[in-house]
Amino acid sequence: MSTVSPGFTGRRRDGTELPPGQYLTHEFPVLSAGPTPHIRTEHWEFTVTTETGEQYKWDWAALMALPAEEITKDIHCVTRWSKLQTTWKGVSLDTLLADVETGADFVMAHSYGGYTTNVPLEDLLDGQSWIAYEFDGEPLDPEHGGPARLLVPHLYFWKSAKWVRGLVLSDTEDLGFWETAGYHEYGDPWKEQRYAGD
Amino acid sequence: MWQVATVADVRRETATASTIVLEVPDWPGHLAGQHLDVRLTAPDGYRASRSYSIASAWSADTIELTVEKVPDGEVSPYLVDVLKAGDPLEIRGPVGGWFVWKPGQEGPVQLIGGGSGVVPLRSMLQAASGTSTPMRLLYSVRRPESVIYVHDLKELAASDDVDVHLVYTREAPAGEPRVGRIDAELLEQYVYKPTDGATTYVCGPTAFVEAVADLLVAAGHDPARIRTERFG
Repeated sequence: MSTVSPGFTGRRRDGTELPPGQYLTHEFPVLSAGPTPHIRTEHWEFTVTTETGEQYKWDWAALMALPAEEITKDIHCVTRWSKLQTTWKGVSLDTLLADVETGADFVMAHSYGGYTTNVPLEDLLDGQSWIAYEFDGEPLDPEHGGPARLLVPHLYFWKSAKWVRGLVLSDTEDLGFWETAGYHEYGDPWKEQRYAGD
Repeated sequence: MWQVATVADVRRETATASTIVLEVPDWPGHLAGQHLDVRLTAPDGYRASRSYSIASAWSADTIELTVEKVPDGEVSPYLVDVLKAGDPLEIRGPVGGWFVWKPGQEGPVQLIGGGSGVVPLRSMLQAASGTSTPMRLLYSVRRPESVIYVHDLKELAASDDVDVHLVYTREAPAGEPRVGRIDAELLEQYVYKPTDGATTYVCGPTAFVEAVADLLVAAGHDPARIRTERFG
């Protein structure tokens, strides 16, 4: 059942497989709910808090001392743009969480500026997510989440929290900023999970 | 769920922007500032969707969208130049729960728009009309002919309800000496003070929003009371 739009022809972009409802961009759009926080690396700190309240902390020097990875991934924003083959450098969450003792299933990512987003822990492990601090070979711009952001490219990009300052592990799933504002709790681009109930 | 609206009217606002008036059966209502998804389908089944800010306050039977044509765009040129009264248009919404103004929300409201960033702000102006909420609008445009909602804004400016101030970045009308971007001095002059307890909504192109939000924070405004929406 489809309603044809009179006079609309549309364009094909051959050879590119995008998730449903997405279009390709070569720009790098910025979407943020408020002013961009400007966090100096000497003040930056990243904390993992487990479900029992135990904390693990890294400052910038500690993050830089960890083995970094070069990452090339497609990214998909819920506002419908996709950007292909983006290149990043960062530390795998497998590395950061290697010595963290937890039986939790859920994570709330917290950002400088107050932003939050929820992700299942299993979506952050096994080479699926990073704390990224370079984009395209340059330090990450503040407007794109610098000095460091979460990078979870297999989910809609609002899950890749900018200005990340910590993860809180939990046995129960709470909803983050956009998830309580009508967006999907999980956000799989290939299943087009944009809004609550999709 | 997607539903089919009917285009009641397409009204030209500027050389590159049109307001689309939609009749939507069973519209659940919306908050000022929310979006709508629009989906186009070609005769061979090819589809393209985009999200647009709603330009009007909720009313029982129509919704207005104002669309600025993106050069080389896939959807906006169709909406601005091809779509006409009587056409069907598939929509989904409303969407978004952050860049919104709710009646009864505490404090005055400062609106700051750049270019077509004025669209969701116009929805807020309409929603607040007749309420006791004080609103101010600071609107940055390139030149006089780029002003969207020029008639609405003249009426608002003439009333006591809203303070409207236009900033021209390239070319100003006769009698308006200042040409240039919004700066700290202008913000000091035309926006609520940090102590006034206003919620500030900033909408426009990314560079505009970044610059204005940074200036507001530098002037002592609480980042938590500044809501932003960036177009690309």
